Amino acid sequence: MHLHRPDPRTAAPEASPSAALTAADTHRAILGVWRIEQPRLITRLARMLRDVPLAEDLTQEALLAALERWPVTGVPERPGAWLMATAKHRALDHLRRGRMLERKHQMLARDMEEDEQGMPDLDSGLDDEIGDELLRLVFTACHPLLPREARAALALRMICGLTTEEIARAFLLPDATIAQRIVRAKRTLSESGLSYETPRGEQLSERLSSVLEVVYLIFNEGYAAARGEDWLRPQLCEEALRMGRVLTSIAAHEPEVHGLLALMELNTSRTAARTGAAGEPILLLDQNRLLWDQLQIRRGMLALERARELGGAGGFYVLQASLVACHAQAATADATDWSRIAKIYADLVALVRSPVIELNRAVAVGMAEGPDAGLAIVDRLMHEPTLKNYHLLPSVRGDLLHKLGRHQEASAAFEAAAALAGNQREHALLKRRAAEAAAASTS
Amino acid sequence: MRFMFIVKSAHSGPPPPKLLEAMHKLADREIKAGRMLDNGGLMPLATGAQVRVLDGKLSVVDGPFVEAKEVVGGYAVFELRNKEEALASATEFMQLHKDLFPGWEGTCELRALASPGP
Repeated sequence: MHLHRPDPRTAAPEASPSAALTAADTHRAILGVWRIEQPRLITRLARMLRDVPLAEDLTQEALLAALERWPVTGVPERPGAWLMATAKHRALDHLRRGRMLERKHQMLARDMEEDEQGMPDLDSGLDDEIGDELLRLVFTACHPLLPREARAALALRMICGLTTEEIARAFLLPDATIAQRIVRAKRTLSESGLSYETPRGEQLSERLSSVLEVVYLIFNEGYAAARGEDWLRPQLCEEALRMGRVLTSIAAHEPEVHGLLALMELNTSRTAARTGAAGEPILLLDQNRLLWDQLQIRRGMLALERARELGGAGGFYVLQASLVACHAQAATADATDWSRIAKIYADLVALVRSPVIELNRAVAVGMAEGPDAGLAIVDRLMHEPTLKNYHLLPSVRGDLLHKLGRHQEASAAFEAAAALAGNQREHALLKRRAAEAAAASTS
Repeated sequence: MRFMFIVKSAHSGPPPPKLLEAMHKLADREIKAGRMLDNGGLMPLATGAQVRVLDGKLSVVDGPFVEAKEVVGGYAVFELRNKEEALASATEFMQLHKDLFPGWEGTCELRALASPGP
């Protein structure tokens, strides 16, 4: 395979006459190979060196070597074997350089040399069972000792194989900030003696929540991306989905893992319907459901089913996925099962005691049982200190009052909401609703 | 970005067991890595049929089709970052054929799937 050289037999007819690949094309081609090989490289090196951050450093060095060499030599026929040999050499050099001549390391080095002398098996890359090692990698990258942002950067780097520059672009931050986060996080891991450990048993479930939190953080960062922003931002949703799928294969018995995957698949299924032609957001109930991705919904429903089979029906992510599933299964907005949604919100409130979730429950109850039932819940929340500056509280209240025909009160509520709204578009929408309610009160 | 890989070949007959095994491992790895969403091998043409519209007329033709040269043998659907990643993936897949199925010739066509909506 010589990706940097145009091959007349494979060049597409519509390609420009000067089909020579640019340096940037070659770079992307190498990263394409890298992404496939990276998990195997880092897990193999981690196992050899008993040190995840160090393994990460050395696999990065192998990538740099490829970026330097392949544009000149062409991409080798078995790029994975090339990268593995290079990475192992770095590991060997490291062991020698560090004069780590204890018996353990000598044995390791000998193993590795013997490894290299043997003829490379054609599909040896396919025989590696990296599940356990990958799990260790995930737990290390997402260690609760690290700040959340550092965990996210480290996970994208070590599990998804993203470069520092790509992570920085995705989070709209300078390269140096991400580089620093990664360096600091790795140092913290090394200094705390956490560079190679896997939690087991009860500790595993506990630590798993830290992992899921990071994956969901990455997903939400991508989900919040506006149209027209760098394409790497919405791409974060796909990275998170990919991580979620990886987790379902390496931690297959954990219901919340399947729950989170279900939640992400089901939310992503609406991507095409979430914005209008001018990039304006379209609310769930106003979306064209024909644009929802049915393949993705099926995948989400399967993951949800699996989570429930594993006894996880009451889990944090499973409950949230169940909510989204109610919408995904309704052919029209009118067909939405609001009683079920209200019930799931009640379960969620019982689990996490959040006033914001209680407000969501009020909306669902308002839809299921009528606006006065919803309003009763909202009125109880009016004294909640944490919601004092939360614009959605008066906004929901205004909506319920409006439905009850109490237009003047509704208008005042929408005005209060507009005053609290931080975002221009939302501010304008709430002002408009306040004016509509005021007009209705005088007619 | 979703891609569909379509493998075509004039070669008939089943692939050697070693290739089948390697492809199975590759698919397993790609599924676990969260990249492959779906895949499948297709049964011989004799088990299929074509429904055609020609000259304003509908007709059904049972397989095998005498005029068929390259035949679709399998497909896979991937979720990947970009075309470069798809190329790397398809190249790895075809390298397996080259290594484990001497004499075999064929094509793996990769196409981006149109996404719904605006």
